[in-house]
Amino acid sequence: MPPDTRALRRPLLKNNSLWRLRPYLRPYVVRLVLIWLAAMVGIGASIALPLVGEQVVDGPVRDGDGGALLLLGSIALGLGVLEALLIFLRRWSQIKPVLGLETAIRDDVYAHLQRLPMSFHGDWQSGQMLSRITTDLSTIRRFTGFGMLFLVMNILQLIVVTALLLSKHWPLGLLVAASAVPIVMLSMRFEKRYIKISRQVQDEQGDLGTFVEESAIGIRTIKAFGRRRHVYESFDKAAVKVYDTSMDKVRLSARFFTFLEVIPNFTLALVLLVGALAVGQGQLTLGALFAFTTLVLQLVWPIASLGYILAMAQEAMTSADRVMEVMDMVPAITGGTGRIERPRGHLRFEGVGFRFPGADRPVLHDVWLEVRPGETVAVVGATGAGKTTLTALVPRLIDPTAGRVTIDGHDVRDLALPELRSVVATAFEEPTLFSMSVRENLTLGRQDTTEEELAGAIRTAQAMFVYDLPWGLDTRIGEQGLSLSGGQRQRLALARAVLSKPKILVLDDTLSALDVETEALVEKALREVLREATGIVVAHRASTVLLADRVALLADGAITHVGRHQDLLNEVPAYRALLAQDADLDPSEGALR
Amino acid sequence: MTTPTTTPTPSTGSWRGVASEDQDELSDKVSGLLRVRSRRLLGDLLTPHRKAIALLTAVIVVSNAAGLAIPYLVKVGIDEGIPPMLRGTGPGTLLTVVGVILAAAVTQALTRQAFLTMSGRIGQDILLELRRRVFDHFQRLSLSFHEKYTSGRVISRLTSDIEAIAELLNSGFDGLVTAVLTMFGTAALLLVLDVHLGLVALIPLPLLLLFTRWFRRQSAIVYRRTRETVALVIVHFVESMTGIRAVQAFRREPRNQEIFKELNDDYRDANVRAMKLIAIFMPGIKLIGNVTVAGVLFYGGWLAFHGEVTVGVLTAFLLYLRGFYEPMQEISQFYNTLQSASAALEKLSGVLEEEPVVPEPREPTPLPAPRGTVRFEGVRFAYVEEMPILPGLDLTIPAGQSVALVGSTGAGKTTLAKLITRFYDPTAGRVLLDGVDLRSLDEATLRAAVVMVTQENFLFSGTVMDNITFGRPDATEREVREAARAIGAHEFISVLPDGYRTEVGKRGGRISAGQRQLVAFARAFLADPAVLILDEATSSLDVPSERLVQRALRTILSDRTALIIAHRLSTVEIADRVLVMERGEIVEDGPPGDLITASGRFADLHQAWQDSLS
Ligand SMILES: Nc1ncnc2c1ncn2[C@@H]1O[C@H](COP(=O)(O)OP(=O)(O)OP(=O)(O)O)[C@@H](O)[C@H]1O
Ligand SMILES: Nc1ncnc2c1ncn2[C@@H]1O[C@H](COP(=O)(O)OP(=O)(O)OP(=O)(O)O)[C@@H](O)[C@H]1O
Ligand SMILES: [Mg+2]
Ligand SMILES: [Mg+2]
Repeated sequence: MPPDTRALRRPLLKNNSLWRLRPYLRPYVVRLVLIWLAAMVGIGASIALPLVGEQVVDGPVRDGDGGALLLLGSIALGLGVLEALLIFLRRWSQIKPVLGLETAIRDDVYAHLQRLPMSFHGDWQSGQMLSRITTDLSTIRRFTGFGMLFLVMNILQLIVVTALLLSKHWPLGLLVAASAVPIVMLSMRFEKRYIKISRQVQDEQGDLGTFVEESAIGIRTIKAFGRRRHVYESFDKAAVKVYDTSMDKVRLSARFFTFLEVIPNFTLALVLLVGALAVGQGQLTLGALFAFTTLVLQLVWPIASLGYILAMAQEAMTSADRVMEVMDMVPAITGGTGRIERPRGHLRFEGVGFRFPGADRPVLHDVWLEVRPGETVAVVGATGAGKTTLTALVPRLIDPTAGRVTIDGHDVRDLALPELRSVVATAFEEPTLFSMSVRENLTLGRQDTTEEELAGAIRTAQAMFVYDLPWGLDTRIGEQGLSLSGGQRQRLALARAVLSKPKILVLDDTLSALDVETEALVEKALREVLREATGIVVAHRASTVLLADRVALLADGAITHVGRHQDLLNEVPAYRALLAQDADLDPSEGALR
Repeated sequence: MTTPTTTPTPSTGSWRGVASEDQDELSDKVSGLLRVRSRRLLGDLLTPHRKAIALLTAVIVVSNAAGLAIPYLVKVGIDEGIPPMLRGTGPGTLLTVVGVILAAAVTQALTRQAFLTMSGRIGQDILLELRRRVFDHFQRLSLSFHEKYTSGRVISRLTSDIEAIAELLNSGFDGLVTAVLTMFGTAALLLVLDVHLGLVALIPLPLLLLFTRWFRRQSAIVYRRTRETVALVIVHFVESMTGIRAVQAFRREPRNQEIFKELNDDYRDANVRAMKLIAIFMPGIKLIGNVTVAGVLFYGGWLAFHGEVTVGVLTAFLLYLRGFYEPMQEISQFYNTLQSASAALEKLSGVLEEEPVVPEPREPTPLPAPRGTVRFEGVRFAYVEEMPILPGLDLTIPAGQSVALVGSTGAGKTTLAKLITRFYDPTAGRVLLDGVDLRSLDEATLRAAVVMVTQENFLFSGTVMDNITFGRPDATEREVREAARAIGAHEFISVLPDGYRTEVGKRGGRISAGQRQLVAFARAFLADPAVLILDEATSSLDVPSERLVQRALRTILSDRTALIIAHRLSTVEIADRVLVMERGEIVEDGPPGDLITASGRFADLHQAWQDSLS
């Protein structure tokens, strides 16, 4: 085990998140040993230097021995150069492990976040996640980088120097050792309060980050309503909160740091007093007292800086906690091992129920629906009926709380996630585009798509406008595709879904932002695509419903009717109310009729 | 495929795509300018604290003087206190010295605590001020800026960059000031103690300064790079977390991981370079210091045994010399926080220098009671030069008229709406509200008069109530309920678990798309503007809900100017007038009834719509 991790255990008694990060250091064991060796020897050199000073004062100066002076001077020079070399060695070899640790954790947190299900992402703001992979990780880096080393080195230096003092003149040494008592006691008290306050600051900063994020993403809405002041005031409130807590932290640490500085100075005064008396009684040489005071002076800095370092350690622990908090989230949705050899796209909902966590009523209950291979079913329901929820069950963005969803007889939960998600593709109701090239937005990184497939998908979605963009398919489309019009974005999202030629294609109200003519063209092309695939089409408009062979009416959380559009229109009043544009329109009101 | 019109900026991967400009990628040539700019910002931030800083300096001088006095007093104690005792004349002198040492220690402690608290306060004040300024400035900047800058960068500026500065203010500042003062104080003392020896001790100083300058130059470049790379990490992170639904559904995780790893590695490499610099600099300083100590020891010893200096002086010298070179360590220790902070400051000052392209008028024209006449006079508009969206538009919408704007997707409908809300200014011509150019209205007046429900409605996390009152923060709960009832949102809201107090979650994710649209609508309705613009505001609603909204609109809009953009022609029913837009031009204009019977674009659209209904 590398010595650094052993050293870690001490402050970790209460809290072991930091300790749990140690596997990240495993690849660097050799380097770490080297670093610590360099550090130890370095301390030795820096302690030895004043001892040489003592020799000079006690030896050559008193005796007038020029040769000895030369020798001692050379030793001092050698020690000095050695110390510098060792510091270089330590710092240089530290770079890799420290940054390797940070980078690897960041990669892993990102990977983990990508695995966590929608239910997690619905609750966690990216501001909170972001502060973990930036601020918290650099806090951990700083601590593992030098904080930890200095902590151990300082403590070691204290012990060695104290031991040296004890051996030189035990009464004086004892005096110095005793001064550690108040320091340790106070440190422990400080630790408790500081850990609480630093966690608070970090959380509040995360909240502030969240707020910043929302106001950056929602800038259009803010501008549309001219609510700059309003938003600013809320931001200000959060920023002042951070300010207040930070000030508490400042005050707390100011008191602690000061205390740590005053103790060694008091000790020094006492040492001088007692030492002088000892010299007076001839128990101590003048040179020895000189060395003694020099050594005690050497203690001032390690003790004083202990404050910073302990604070740093606290913060690193809090940060590790916050990082582990995310890493400890168990992905609620993990894939099975099943594979479908030749997927046909036979989709069944078998008594499916779904309740959002914390909700008092289920959104869906006892949903039975069968979509045979190649068939297309339209799902129709009022706003908020649960259509999106229903469709999200198929690619397992959420899992049913009752019943099961099967594809070709396999429960979707038994299938490997990549497998399942290559069988199902969804065009979401809100198109998500990323700030990257059109091509990348459509393929989303799959290398196996050919130019023809790409062109085909673009044609199906009537998204030919992409060829007119300044750099064609290589044009970066802005954040969330906002430099495109609403209909253009929606068509890209559609093209993305049809591009992978899924066995099951889910269209969640994906034609809502298209004009009637474009919609007709898209529908015509979609018919071709849907002939090959099983389709679920969520629709509010009769025109879209007509894409489907059958229609399922979703009402009160269950599928109440399934049938052909015309039949349902004639037989089911609820369906008529939802879909017939002119159902109860007063002719005198409608200018168009 | 079309050939690029401008030379693309090289970027790290082809996936990113090509864009005409990349912010942040600044050449080193401008670094001088950047430094001046960020220094100006720093000066600006420090100015209000001038007095406090002066006081602080006094306090820290006292504190350091007390701190420095202690080793000196130890020397005095040894040199002056002990001989009398050896002579048997009693410990009087010694006791005095010890007493003074104690007093010095207490003084140091008290002043130091005062310093830490005060400097902490100043630091936090500056941070708060900086946060406020940058946030407010971002909010002021025009949409066109935000579209290029991306929210990820905004976030990175306001979190990671601010934190880099916080890091400096929290610890670095204190360390630097103390270290610098200690150094100067020590240098002076050394010279006072013994000019000869003092000069020898200070010989390496020029070398030290040169070395430091080299380090500063190098690290400025390196730290700028770390700020830039971390921003890219943040941008990618935020974007993939925001679009996580698509990421998971389309199995983009591995690709994302690849990209993230690449960016993360870039950031690491930037950090490696920074740490390597420090790894050279710190031991370098130590080396200079140690060699000097050895030199002084040698020379001092020689002097001492020739009796030219006392043992006490030599002792003190060796003690102080550490005091001179040790802070150098500290200075370099904090130099990286300083460099990283100044790189961050550069970025922030860059943002603050950015001028809104849609500026507020210097002398705004008042508009006490807006009636809502909207006029376009020869308006031309292009997002990117060479690609005009509106080639030339003349249009008058009289106050109180409801106008439906239809046309194929990408025709420029939203663009036209954005000009009325002054998200952008026209490239040529002008847009007038009640005869006043929008450019001479101040923001508050304009926003009170014109409100738009955007195509991408955004809900903030918070309750339904919070989101609706966003339209008018001083609205009472009853007014909110009435607004919701009027547009048919009350029904669904009242069955939500906590009614109006239900949290809608991040970006409104806990309610359905249609419900989000209703809330956004209620919000606009509550705002009660003279001109209401609805951009596809009912596209995700089912037919009955849409009809409810339309019924509400009919009453709301009777005395209000409205621009309704819609693809579903059912919405057009409530309009007094229809505009058909194609490729940025109004091709038809008239009452709906007339246009249907005429044979034109609208008649075709309408026919197509009719067919789609059956
Ligand atoms: N994350 C969530 N937590 C709690 N309730 C939710 C959540 N998401 C949705 N709901 C509720 O579940 C119901 C169904 O939502 P869903 O998004 O499935 O509706 P929808 O049928 O797609 O509606 P729309 O036509 O408006 O898109 C809604 O009443 C909504 O308020
Ligand atoms: N911020 C922007 N930067 C550059 N080009 C843009 C920007 N916003 C829109 N465009 C382009 O301007 C044209 C008109 O867009 P606009 O949003 O006005 O269309 P629209 O008529 O509202 O279409 P839709 O019905 O699809 O919403 C489109 O070709 C679009 O790609
Ligand atoms: Mg939905
Ligand atoms: Mg639009």
